[in-house]
Amino acid sequence: MWNKVGMGRNEKGLTEAIAEIAQLKEDFYKEVYVPGSADELNPELEKVLRVADFIELGQLMAMDALQRKESCGGHFREEYQDAEGETLRDDENFKFVGAWEYKGDDISKEELHKEELVYEEIKIAARNYK
Amino acid sequence: MSAAKNININLKIWRQKNASSKGSMETYKLDNVSTASSFLEMLDQLNEQLVNEKKEPVAFDHDCREGICGMCSLYINGRAHGPDTGITTCQLHMRMFNDGDTIYIEPWRSKAFPVIKDLVVDRSAFDRIQQAGGFVSVNTSGNTIDANSIPVPKDDADKAFMAAACIGCGACVATCKNGSAMLFVGAKVSQYALLPQGKVEATQRVLNMVRQMDEEGFGNCTNTGACEIECPKGISLENIARMNREFLKASVK
Repeated sequence: MWNKVGMGRNEKGLTEAIAEIAQLKEDFYKEVYVPGSADELNPELEKVLRVADFIELGQLMAMDALQRKESCGGHFREEYQDAEGETLRDDENFKFVGAWEYKGDDISKEELHKEELVYEEIKIAARNYK
Repeated sequence: MSAAKNININLKIWRQKNASSKGSMETYKLDNVSTASSFLEMLDQLNEQLVNEKKEPVAFDHDCREGICGMCSLYINGRAHGPDTGITTCQLHMRMFNDGDTIYIEPWRSKAFPVIKDLVVDRSAFDRIQQAGGFVSVNTSGNTIDANSIPVPKDDADKAFMAAACIGCGACVATCKNGSAMLFVGAKVSQYALLPQGKVEATQRVLNMVRQMDEEGFGNCTNTGACEIECPKGISLENIARMNREFLKASVK
């Protein structure tokens, strides 16, 4: 996640990350060992469920970062930067919040729903701190 | 501080499957514990060893690991939060122990804090006491008065602040021979009794919180003062006196 889905990401890294996380997920569900039982308080089971959540969240982050072919905020796609290395936005195509619909274990089946952003008070423009 | 080294220790830990089963002390040997590690990190190391041996890890409470949340409990070598003062278990370090030591670890023992598993106890009795009166009414209609604009004598503000330092860990109850929660309730009552914001509910607060405390099965105070010594936040016995004064005042109203 740090190397390929970090603050700077690119298409190659994200594609690799999605495949690697899918492999990790498969290994996790095959090899996970949970001590104790489900009949009483089991902090180890809580930890396992948390790791399972992290894996899904990681998948989702990589998927969403891959489809968002622009740079904005903490999402810096290395392919989309201006001459000065600043974020290059694409408000024409990506002025929306992505909501992914769960479609089972296969992450490639997830469906993207777009929640359009409507700005009434502010003018959309490139932003930087210079 | 001397450089960190590794020590080998023996642990005697209370193991209890669930609330209804009978528990017992189990012995574990743990080698290569860094004196730079915290007590909870030592337990993490033990649990890793147990998991690798396909045994069930020891359940214990922990959260912030910086002495402010009040989650970590543990009765270590007969003392709440172990052999140091003014700290919680997460702030206890293994440099307090020596190579070859045997360390006894037990859960909080009190009728009002039933064991859930191993070293984890149910402290929701404290939550119910808080819910009975640990709050103030504030006007939120849009005309809320900024707390900083209400004059409070410096001495009162300091005392209220010191009472508010209570993190509700339960060390006072575990330490008290009567299993009394009066240091905890005293701190909560005092925090509000000393401030103008607490005046509105002052009468009902102390009556309700003390009633809830009694209903939960906590014992009474006999002025032993052990709680004050073991309290990680140094809550003063003065708070119990203030609670009693508030209670008497409210009772004769």
